[in-house]
Amino acid sequence: MKTAVKKVLIIGATSAIASACARLWATEGSDFFLVARNVEKLQQTAADLKARGATNVTLHEMDANDIEAHPLMMGRCLTALGQIDIALIAHGTLPDQKACERDVHMALKEFANNCTSVIALLTVLAMQFETQRCGSLAIISSVAADRGRPSNYLYGSAKAAVSTYCEGLQARLFKVGVHVTTIKPGFVDTPMTQGLSLPAALLAQPAQVAQRIVKGIANKVPTLYAPGFWALIMLVIRSIPQPVFKRLNL
Amino acid sequence: MSTPLYSWGRFPRHPQRGHGCVWLDELPAQMDHVIGAHRSSLPYGNGRSYGDSCLAASDQVLHMRSLDRLIEADWSTGVIKAEAGITLAEVLAVAIPQGWFLPVTPGTQFATLGGAIANDVHGKNHHVRGTFGRHVLGFGLLRHGEPEVICSPDAHPDLFAASIGGLGLTGVIHWAQIQLMPIRASQIDTTTVRFANLAEFFALSAELDAGHEYSVAWVDCLARGAETGRGVFIVGDHAQYGSLDVVQRKRLSVPLTPPVSLINNVSLSAFNSLYWRLHPSQRKPGRSAYEPFFYPLDRILHWNRIYGRRGFQQYQCVVPAVNAEAAMGELLRTIAKAGQGSFLAVLKRCGDMASPGLLSFPMEGTSLALDFAQSEALEKVLFPRLDDIVRAAGGRLYPAKDAHMTGADFRRAYPAWEQLEALRDPSLMSRFWSRVIL
Repeated sequence: MKTAVKKVLIIGATSAIASACARLWATEGSDFFLVARNVEKLQQTAADLKARGATNVTLHEMDANDIEAHPLMMGRCLTALGQIDIALIAHGTLPDQKACERDVHMALKEFANNCTSVIALLTVLAMQFETQRCGSLAIISSVAADRGRPSNYLYGSAKAAVSTYCEGLQARLFKVGVHVTTIKPGFVDTPMTQGLSLPAALLAQPAQVAQRIVKGIANKVPTLYAPGFWALIMLVIRSIPQPVFKRLNL
Repeated sequence: MSTPLYSWGRFPRHPQRGHGCVWLDELPAQMDHVIGAHRSSLPYGNGRSYGDSCLAASDQVLHMRSLDRLIEADWSTGVIKAEAGITLAEVLAVAIPQGWFLPVTPGTQFATLGGAIANDVHGKNHHVRGTFGRHVLGFGLLRHGEPEVICSPDAHPDLFAASIGGLGLTGVIHWAQIQLMPIRASQIDTTTVRFANLAEFFALSAELDAGHEYSVAWVDCLARGAETGRGVFIVGDHAQYGSLDVVQRKRLSVPLTPPVSLINNVSLSAFNSLYWRLHPSQRKPGRSAYEPFFYPLDRILHWNRIYGRRGFQQYQCVVPAVNAEAAMGELLRTIAKAGQGSFLAVLKRCGDMASPGLLSFPMEGTSLALDFAQSEALEKVLFPRLDDIVRAAGGRLYPAKDAHMTGADFRRAYPAWEQLEALRDPSLMSRFWSRVIL
């Protein structure tokens, strides 16, 4: 049952969800090109993947907000991998909504982390995938994208822009045989959500979410809620009429 | 993590605030931060210690669970190096397909690597492999305000010995290197037979233990009179023929904590009787996947919740071989008379292999473990009686399971405690340690 080694590019490779996905691909012997801001953390992640069966792991230090650095990263990635079978964009930050309501620079910085940097990366990646005419592109959005809630609408609007962008990209790349998956995780127990008081019953482990993501990408699912029950929750939340919704404190 | 952390028995109830440790290179700064703000702390793995040994005196723990990466794995020699928060289940998931298994495993695979060392855990093969600490090649220890100390039998042997079974007090074990054991298949070949009383247990154990890797017995702790100590004896070996499968069974879960314990005399005695009767009176060969053989209770997530909001205590003691049969009889009679106890007690003969650890629990003799729903009568009436029997027999209790032993009993049973205290990182303190040494 030996399948060809997968070539995987991950942006934001040290995030909890991304490294949990990478562990699953590693057991199949995949080759990785891992991108993140912090090279020490990349090295720790790479060691873990190699011990789990990854064949080759190449590391690249880059801040996703440094848009001028994207083409260089792509060049290095193609030199290392030859082609990209799976690209996962997983970087992001969870803004302090209250602080962002008072500080426009902070707000725009957070918007850049979660949205404009993603659009910039997708521009470069889409061109590559258009040339390749094969492969899968997966982007981590969020359930927060589905509705602007008072508690985190800056994050939500950034992810909403990403989701809509991906929907368009999906239609564009479908014609050349490239699949795009928009991933919408719910509450996941990661360093990003540490310190938030999230309902324990809804809190998922990164490994659990990763299993669903890896399967969803393989099955070419267009929009993937993870865990699956969030599809139902968000269906209910989306159907709350605006006059009622604006009175709630979600 | 903002949800409070507890020990597995949910007693004593001291909610712990977990300070997440995610990256090895950030750990010293996180330690500085927590200890600076709260004066002392304690590493906390996955909360599988039963009593108060995993609870910090300050209720502020270093939550190590996210440190779950492998650092190096050599599948030709079976030596792996991993961060301390990786669980034994996660180690098995990568090791089994490569033909390796944990040389020693406790009754849950949800304990962490760091926790397995800090409690020097043992398993059904103690009589042939000793404790977990015997298979540890080395580990990194972080003491507050000091550079990392790499401990092995040759480097810093004093800290190596003190940290194995050292209850997380000598420093934070943040990675470890262990030697795995080769297997040809992940299945276990078993032989099961029930026994009518304690004398039969000791006869079976004397006859069968030496020839098998694993040996354990489940005892009906409510059986009285001539039936005292009746139970089911199970031996097992790694199969020579089979496959290397990591099959995770579908897990059940206790979704919430009922206000009162669901364990009562009627449910208990009916279950124990039925369990005994369902097992064969003649030796019966069988085959089992590794999960149900080693970790029957891991199938039910949060099983500790069935004991209700007040939680439960496990009583685990070991008694030296010369006094074992008499003492076990007395313990079981006392428990049956009190009419309290758990679904099945675990009886196991421990071997004579010395642990490198200073405060290791097992000794050559017999160990008994069982759970009790928490009540005040437990500590006022039943436990003092059991403690008297264990003390008179020259035995001791297991700190990893304990929430009640007296300081005097602890210091008598573990005379090396003073050496551990001398090597303790002054910034690390557990509720257990402050209870038994002060």
